[in-house]
Amino acid sequence: MTDIEAIVIGGSAGALDALLAIVPALPEQLSCPIVIVIHLPPAQPNLVPEILSRVCARAVYEAEDKAPLRDRTIYVAAPNYHLLIERNRSLSLSIDEPVQHSRPAIDVLFESAADAYGPAVAGLVLSGANQDGAEGLRQIQKAGGVAIVQAPATASSPMMPEAAMQRVGPSAHVVRLEHLVFFLAKIAGTNGAKTRIEDLPR
Amino acid sequence: MDRSIRDVEFGLLLDAIYLTYHYDFRSYSEASLKRRVMAALVHFKCETFSRLQERVLREPQLFAELLRFLTVQVSDMFRDPTYYRALRETVVPYLKTYASLKIWVAGCSNGEEAYSLAIVLFEEGLLERSLIYATDINPESLRSAEAGVYETDRFTKFTESYQLAGGRASLSDFYSAGYGGAVLDRRLKKAIVFSDHSLATDSVFAEVHLVSCRNVLIYFEKELQERALGLLSDSLCRKGFLGLGLKETLRFSQHAAAFTELAPGARIYQKI
Repeated sequence: MTDIEAIVIGGSAGALDALLAIVPALPEQLSCPIVIVIHLPPAQPNLVPEILSRVCARAVYEAEDKAPLRDRTIYVAAPNYHLLIERNRSLSLSIDEPVQHSRPAIDVLFESAADAYGPAVAGLVLSGANQDGAEGLRQIQKAGGVAIVQAPATASSPMMPEAAMQRVGPSAHVVRLEHLVFFLAKIAGTNGAKTRIEDLPR
Repeated sequence: MDRSIRDVEFGLLLDAIYLTYHYDFRSYSEASLKRRVMAALVHFKCETFSRLQERVLREPQLFAELLRFLTVQVSDMFRDPTYYRALRETVVPYLKTYASLKIWVAGCSNGEEAYSLAIVLFEEGLLERSLIYATDINPESLRSAEAGVYETDRFTKFTESYQLAGGRASLSDFYSAGYGGAVLDRRLKKAIVFSDHSLATDSVFAEVHLVSCRNVLIYFEKELQERALGLLSDSLCRKGFLGLGLKETLRFSQHAAAFTELAPGARIYQKI
């Protein structure tokens, strides 16, 4: 199995609560960069980086154009800009048209991550009330990466996880919220041998 | 399809465009450019970048259409009202000390930002003595910018932003609604010269007091960003002003030392 070099996460309504459950519990051994798109109203100041940095020991930044991705660091997309990952493992922003009525769009981040990392990326779709992220997650899966979906029963808005499950099909790993940290640590942790995905609980 | 073959093809397409049409996209940020070219593949019904390359080499008309995908035309009047408010409050007082003004809107797309600036200058009593150069690489965008006609339903948002930006009157004073759109006032148009200019391949063409280049640099790779910033800097007179997009910064640039940050939140810099 290819080492996971980055984790990309997308969500909308209810996703912040999910992140607040996941991020503080991530183990030290999970060291790869984590890049997050969460839908927000465009005009608001982006409080997500500050909220997340309060609950974890990792560095959390609002994503800046051309910033190189660093280990043990979380990047959160800025409102009103798409966020993409370049082949040289740096971030870039764009003001291209909204995708799925969203800017930032999860699809845009995920598709760029699939192109940049191929099989070495894991994508996670969290709670949300639209279909953004489904196509992007499918691209990650197609490129050989790991496609993960928060189990709809554990999401406050199940539409986004359901759309992603439907688009990706049976190869999507549908994981309950309370198991997500464990799952991410297993596939992306750096401590010893990684568990084969097939052996993980669904 | 094999990833590496696709990457080779993508590079060759950009080479072909450069060699044939002298538009240089080779140092653009790849991820978003590739995404837009993928949309073009669908539009032109080409299965691969190679197929598109073959056609673009032989069909100049197709290239003109492809430019719409390669460049980004997303903008609004008074986009990011805080920027225009900061211009009004911190830059305009300096501009008032000059007898005549030259301003450059680099990457003007369909003209929304150039007209927004013209409105600020008009309201501050400066437009009479101002000349605004608005440049872009896309001839179709330049034509549309010159026409100054926008869909009527966009003006609700424009008006809201105009007010947040500290507009003195009513935005409706500056346009008249007609068939299929609203056309901007002739007084504004008179002050703007729209022309073709590339930050990737062209050089300095005038000395200006203010450059507004917003959400253009994010589309460039680091090296091209530096070239473009050098060009913008060289175009500015001493104590001239540079306005960037709200997510763009001079912080990591070799040109940072030539500027001071005048309105940090609004990304407005002054050349030393």
